[in-house]
Amino acid sequence: MRAADLATALVLMALGGLVIFDAVRLGYDWGSDGPKSGFFPFWLAVAMVAACGLILLQALRQRTDKAFVSREQLRPVLSVLLPATAMVVVTGVAGLYVASALYIAFYMRWVGRHGWLAIAVLALGIPIVIFVIFERWFLVPMPKGPLEAWLGF
Amino acid sequence: MGFENLFLGFQIAVTPFNLFVAVVGILLGTIIGVLPGLGGANGVAILLPLTFTMPPTSAIILLTSLYWGALFGGAITSILFNIPGEPWSVATTFDGYPMARQGKGGQALTAAFTSSFVGALFSIVLITLFAPILAEIALKFGPPEFFAIQLLTFSSFVGLGGGNPVKSLVSILLGFILAAVGLDIVTGQLRMTFGVTELMKGFDFIVAVIGLFGIGEILLSVEEGLSFSGAATGMKLGVVLETWKILPRYWRTFVRGSFIGFWMGFKPGGATPASFMSYAFAKRFSKNADRFGKGELEGVVAPETAAHAAGVAAMLPMITLGIPGSPTAAVMLGGLIIWGLQPGPMLFKEKPDFVWGLIASMYTGNIIGVVMVLAFVPAFAAILKIPFAILTPLIVVICAVGSYAVHNSMIDVWYMIIFGVVGYVFKKLDYPLAPLVLALVLGDLAENALRQSLIMSQGTLSIFFVRPISGVIMSVAVLFFLLPVITPWWRRLRGPSVGTPAARET
Repeated sequence: MRAADLATALVLMALGGLVIFDAVRLGYDWGSDGPKSGFFPFWLAVAMVAACGLILLQALRQRTDKAFVSREQLRPVLSVLLPATAMVVVTGVAGLYVASALYIAFYMRWVGRHGWLAIAVLALGIPIVIFVIFERWFLVPMPKGPLEAWLGF
Repeated sequence: MGFENLFLGFQIAVTPFNLFVAVVGILLGTIIGVLPGLGGANGVAILLPLTFTMPPTSAIILLTSLYWGALFGGAITSILFNIPGEPWSVATTFDGYPMARQGKGGQALTAAFTSSFVGALFSIVLITLFAPILAEIALKFGPPEFFAIQLLTFSSFVGLGGGNPVKSLVSILLGFILAAVGLDIVTGQLRMTFGVTELMKGFDFIVAVIGLFGIGEILLSVEEGLSFSGAATGMKLGVVLETWKILPRYWRTFVRGSFIGFWMGFKPGGATPASFMSYAFAKRFSKNADRFGKGELEGVVAPETAAHAAGVAAMLPMITLGIPGSPTAAVMLGGLIIWGLQPGPMLFKEKPDFVWGLIASMYTGNIIGVVMVLAFVPAFAAILKIPFAILTPLIVVICAVGSYAVHNSMIDVWYMIIFGVVGYVFKKLDYPLAPLVLALVLGDLAENALRQSLIMSQGTLSIFFVRPISGVIMSVAVLFFLLPVITPWWRRLRGPSVGTPAARET
């Protein structure tokens, strides 16, 4: 927990440093017609770096330590996160409908060990329902790929 | 004064289409409230793109009904499954789940829904009475007053939010910094983009809400290992009527819970502490204090009344000042802007049909809501019987659809995943998420208010303290910010005292 706390505070601190760097470039003082662009971000970032410094001190003083995440906990988390990330990658190539069908099918089989019939019904049914609601009823377009182009949408 | 306006509102809210919209909203909201990983804020965020083509009044009725539904839905999982669907229903599990285990689930659910309804109604009546007055006062506000109120909003997260005040502060600052990324409208300069074209548009808070609360919450709940062991609902008409006969006995708890809820609720981050506070008070003043935690009906009434009263009260600053009291209200505020309305006190003057339609729909929505949940509890409870391996990808896909639909942009779906990981890490490390989202929403407004104030005063900060209204608000805000520093000294002077439990708002 402590290591994660320290790492997060350091990352946020670095982010604050980056913002200060950019705010100085933009100018953080008084311009001809009011505060310059960098004024607000500059003071925000200064406060954030200071606050992260305090968190670092708090974390360093902390003695009791338990792991941020155990191996048994990390497995299910990654089993959600990695396929979800893969789905986003596939969405960029093949569109959202194909990606979500593949994702649902994969997850149901791999994690849930569901039967193929249930997988086929849901993996095809859910994207179709989303298509009807968003694309047809509310005219909100979703990313599409070669399959939709071939079907003429 | 207010009655003809309210009457006008009812004429709008009680059209067949708007009633239908309310029913759909409550149905979806209750489902969202029951599902782990989806809650009021991201449910509203995901459905927001669907309202772009609707008339604004129907759109806000859909979203507020969704919110009421989510508030009701949280009680179902708390009582039957011991899983608080929302943080403000944690206190409901204390007595609700033991009751369900003893076969009194029907009683507990009836009490929870009725209390929710009473709490909500109390807050709606107060909103009806006070919203026009507050809006009238707010019309006289200038930039310094608005900045002071925004500062007060954030100071109460630091001073009253519970948890680590420094981490609350970092969450706020990070939200403001993310809000500043992209084009600065005032000077036309690009800020913090570092030459990356994708960063020019900045970060949309709707995507942040979906990622932080939706994906982040799923990651957390799979980590804890989901196991749903539900109790039977035991919901029958006879049970409902029996419970209604007992409930008037607890009128004191209702009144106390409503006041606590309203008072805590119109300040940000209120619903969760309100529910705990109401529970603690009920236990202290009850004759059966020793039965609390073992299945006492009063222990369900107290937190539910306060939580729902607070949830409704969070709408008051949103419609009168244009400053949201909760992340869900923040998403609705974003909706207002997208539908072409200018949030703030002028709304009462310029769009009375919208404001009063919304207020009237709060009455109709909650009446429809309580009837619907009472009638269909078994159906809603059955949702949690859907296998986990189906629910998880379904929720992720819905989140992705919602993120993409905001701007039809793929980068937002990536941001959703990134915000999901951030939400998971932050939640584990006790960084609160609600202030981050609120800061992201209010970032531009707060910065403009600050800039205009400083231009008015030629760059001195004293303007915030010289003007009477902003001076008072500013002083309270500064006090709240300093509270975490003052309190330890105070405790040392007064000797040790008992603290109230505080929990986080989402």
